[in-house]
Amino acid sequence: MSNYVINHLRELESEAIFVIREIAAQFENPVLLFSGGKDSILLTHLAKKAFYPAKIPFPLIHVDTGHNFPETIAFRDALVDKLGVQLIVGSVQESIDKGRAKEETGADASRNALQIVSLLDTLEEHKVDAAMGGARRDEEKARAKERFFSHRDEFGQWDPKNQRPELWNLFNGRKNYGEHFRVFPISNWTEMDVWEYIKLENIDLPSLYFSHKRDCVVRDGVILANSEFIKLKPGEEVVNMTIRYRTCGDMPITGAVESEADDLTKIIEEIATTRTTERGGRADDKRAETAMEDRKKQGYF
Amino acid sequence: MEYQDIELLRFTTAGSVDDGKSTLIGRLLYDSKSIFQDQLDAVEESSKNKGFDYVDLSLLTDGLKSEREQGITIDVAYRYFATPKRKFIVADTPGHIQYTRNMVTGASTANLAIILIDARKGMLEQTHRHSFIASLLRIPHAIVCVNKMDLVNYSEDAYNKIVADFKAFATKLNISDIQFIPISALAGDNVVNTSENMDWYKGSTLMYHLETVHISSDYNHVDCRFPIQSVIRPHTLENQDFRGFAGRIDGGVFKPGDRVKTLPSGFVSTIKTIELNGEQIAEAYAPMSVTMTLEDEIDTSRGDMIVRENNVPEVGQDLEVLVTWMNSNPLLARTKVVIKHTTNECMAMVKELKYKVDINTLHRIENIDKIEMNGIGRISIRTSKPLFYDAYRRNRQTGSVIIIDEQTNETIGAGMII
Repeated sequence: MSNYVINHLRELESEAIFVIREIAAQFENPVLLFSGGKDSILLTHLAKKAFYPAKIPFPLIHVDTGHNFPETIAFRDALVDKLGVQLIVGSVQESIDKGRAKEETGADASRNALQIVSLLDTLEEHKVDAAMGGARRDEEKARAKERFFSHRDEFGQWDPKNQRPELWNLFNGRKNYGEHFRVFPISNWTEMDVWEYIKLENIDLPSLYFSHKRDCVVRDGVILANSEFIKLKPGEEVVNMTIRYRTCGDMPITGAVESEADDLTKIIEEIATTRTTERGGRADDKRAETAMEDRKKQGYF
Repeated sequence: MEYQDIELLRFTTAGSVDDGKSTLIGRLLYDSKSIFQDQLDAVEESSKNKGFDYVDLSLLTDGLKSEREQGITIDVAYRYFATPKRKFIVADTPGHIQYTRNMVTGASTANLAIILIDARKGMLEQTHRHSFIASLLRIPHAIVCVNKMDLVNYSEDAYNKIVADFKAFATKLNISDIQFIPISALAGDNVVNTSENMDWYKGSTLMYHLETVHISSDYNHVDCRFPIQSVIRPHTLENQDFRGFAGRIDGGVFKPGDRVKTLPSGFVSTIKTIELNGEQIAEAYAPMSVTMTLEDEIDTSRGDMIVRENNVPEVGQDLEVLVTWMNSNPLLARTKVVIKHTTNECMAMVKELKYKVDINTLHRIENIDKIEMNGIGRISIRTSKPLFYDAYRRNRQTGSVIIIDEQTNETIGAGMII
């Protein structure tokens, strides 16, 4: 490589930092949507770099479904403490108690769709005009068409056929009263980029991402952690397996992979040879061919 | 696998309806083993449901419900793949005439354009349009892929005729580096693997070109331009005096110790540090995001620009712009709009529509009273405050603007400063 070239990870980092700084400059009440997954941990790391030595100038919002892994919550609290950043928690349980959301029933019941209500309520309560998230375009086919600055109407909905064109590095965050934006600074990263960068920067992750032993239930080919949130179906049994997670959503819907990878180098090796996408283990995407697009139109992140 | 020090290449694909664009991207992803088993399973399943005889790789990129129903691409879709040599971001843009705005969008960040031509049909009206847009947006490299060679019996004559036609047309364009490759995206000829059906073609495959094209000089590393995004002031005890300018370098090479000038104030100072996350950077150049501190306390904020003392951009309120119009309401003279340029935003007045371009013949049509959606033309604009800009041909970042509707806040036009 000749002089004055930066490698692909530094270029992606630079692009994401530029976008994060634009959010802080263009909006009055931006927030970072923190799920506790590796992508939102990466996003928080990039936000820290963008404003250092100042602190991150916006709060983190976590929508707590009540079905989170305990490891996720512990990690979140430690990170917030270390960075000295404000944390806002939106609770799905509260939305259910208030009658704003209705719990799904049956063995495959999940609170994934209910998050939309709690999220939109929390954004409204705090008058959020830009919510940045760690979604990536390589994750899912509807996300491949998402803009960096994604406009949402007053009902929080996404209109994929009427998106603003996005040119050069000129991001248009202008909006009318009541509308808001979802912004995705790591749009252009792939799963491999995320892991390589986490290794390069030595970013701490929850232990869930590394190989460990856990009691599991295998349902429709997906390995789920056994927990109080899972109702066993006839014929299902609990097995102790050596697993790790590639993504971290709710306990009842996030599929694990059988893996011996207990450090970043081994994880990167494993991903380089793996033959399924990371959302391949997400029961929520398997409900219909356009499940993600349908949820996104309603305000999912 | 160890962490790899590889470059990022952004390319766009342009073609007409049905000339196999999505299939080509599917082929690149498939042959570079970037498609996962569950994605392939889903596509095989959909192909079967639709009654196709073969696996339709275009289903990999057509993500929205209506696209899958109609079998066409509506919006820019971004796709990612990597080889051991490079990482690629593909902007897959639609070929239909009404979606030109998406093509311009995809082209604005691309290092390279793949222009697809159906070997049976040759140059079409849309080929002219796509090539002109690639040229207008100053994409530095172009690869013309003559596709569906399998349907013309891999004929060298058919290929040579299209190459000659394109070269004749390209004399009117501004693309310095154009390569030609005969391919079949469906059969895989010359995409990743060398074709066994065209031994008359001595050139390299598409993938080889993508992996080796020289892109490090695509940025301007001569004229120093640093638009300020925000000012970082920590307000903490240990960093009471820290005052850093956050931004992304748009041109040139900055080093600590350099004498610099801030615009619009004109104050001259010296760079004290260039850093990110507290780590010191010896040389900063495009497209790096950094935080810069200066030796002197200068009142500077978002929208200002740090440049070298003896190499300043144009400063002014009257811009001559080549515009692509992206809104269903046509552009009229005397319209008030909002302009976004680097980290600046201001009101502006469209003073005059000078001409529009017939994108098939590239002829200028003068004496016009409007520019319609997907039209391209030259206009003059008066801004409410001075902007610091370069000609687009010198710098794609400091030479570009977007035009925003004051009422709806939609992005309605894209402009390149002449």
